[in-house]
Amino acid sequence: MSAPTHSPVTEPLPRPSGLAGFAADWASDQRTFKNVSWGKAMMWIFLLSDTFVFGCFLVAYMSARMSTVVPWPNPSEVFALHIGGSDVPLILIAIMTFVLISSSGTMAMAVNFGYRRDRRKTAALMVLTALFGATFVGMQAFEWTKLISEGVRPWGNPWGAPQFGSTFFMITGFHGTHVTIGVIFLLIIARKVWRGDFETGKRGFFTSRKGQYEIVEITGLYWHFVDLVWVFIFAFFYLW
Amino acid sequence: MTDAPAHLAVKEHQQHPIGLYLLVWGLLFVLSAFSYMVDYVGLQGYLRWSLILLFMMLKAGLIVAVFMHMAWERLALIYAILLPPLLVLVFVALMVSESHYVLFSRLTFFGAAP
Repeated sequence: MSAPTHSPVTEPLPRPSGLAGFAADWASDQRTFKNVSWGKAMMWIFLLSDTFVFGCFLVAYMSARMSTVVPWPNPSEVFALHIGGSDVPLILIAIMTFVLISSSGTMAMAVNFGYRRDRRKTAALMVLTALFGATFVGMQAFEWTKLISEGVRPWGNPWGAPQFGSTFFMITGFHGTHVTIGVIFLLIIARKVWRGDFETGKRGFFTSRKGQYEIVEITGLYWHFVDLVWVFIFAFFYLW
Repeated sequence: MTDAPAHLAVKEHQQHPIGLYLLVWGLLFVLSAFSYMVDYVGLQGYLRWSLILLFMMLKAGLIVAVFMHMAWERLALIYAILLPPLLVLVFVALMVSESHYVLFSRLTFFGAAP
């Protein structure tokens, strides 16, 4: 403390909790998100905007499906795979769901080990997460190939409402793009963790700022969001 | 040593036991299996839709609360992020009404066969 007589505050004042805390944090001329860094707050706000993008896609899909006069193709049959002499409904989509959930699990562990400064485990878990993500995209590519070979196009398909193809390619394509970007993002951060950039205070290439292990958690937020969006796509597009 | 004054940010790390993550991971697996079973067993109608929505909301809640650490954030952030998406429900309500109207028009004025 430079001036103990002037400011006896050695630690931040305790903030009120609950609704009073909510009002206090948002009131007056001050920083709103008290214990959240700008990086994390901006990632959350980006994810909020992305929520609206996917929300719009799903609402468009709902409108198309509710207003069509021809039957909607049954996703349970469209996405069935022929395994062992019988059609197993939605099996590929179910496996994709489990792969993505597993990637979320490994990501959560990576964040945990990051804050413990266990570089090896953090980097290894992030690479594992990226591998799960790449597997997911690969299975999605397989699914697209299968549907395209069966005649699904953005303007029509053999089974029913022509909007099926356009909404399918739009929604899963946009989600797959997010997963791909996430995989790249994960590999870049995993390399930095592995090299020890956050231990030595090495400056980043773009902002020239020193990184912290918090970037692992911020990457994790993005990755969990990708998983979160898939939960909604799985429910509304594949199961409904 | 510089101490953070009250108006500045406090450094807090999200550090929670590994067991909690493993538990949530397992729960997500079970819930996903349940929602897959809804299709596999072939439930139809309101039972199917309500079960799909129930498992979806439980999974989404677990991911946001534990994996994304929202359960340990201050209300200032929770409300800023989680309340705005509720407005999408208003959009949904508008588009449900609009879709009914489009369907009605197609059937009544465009001679589309049902």
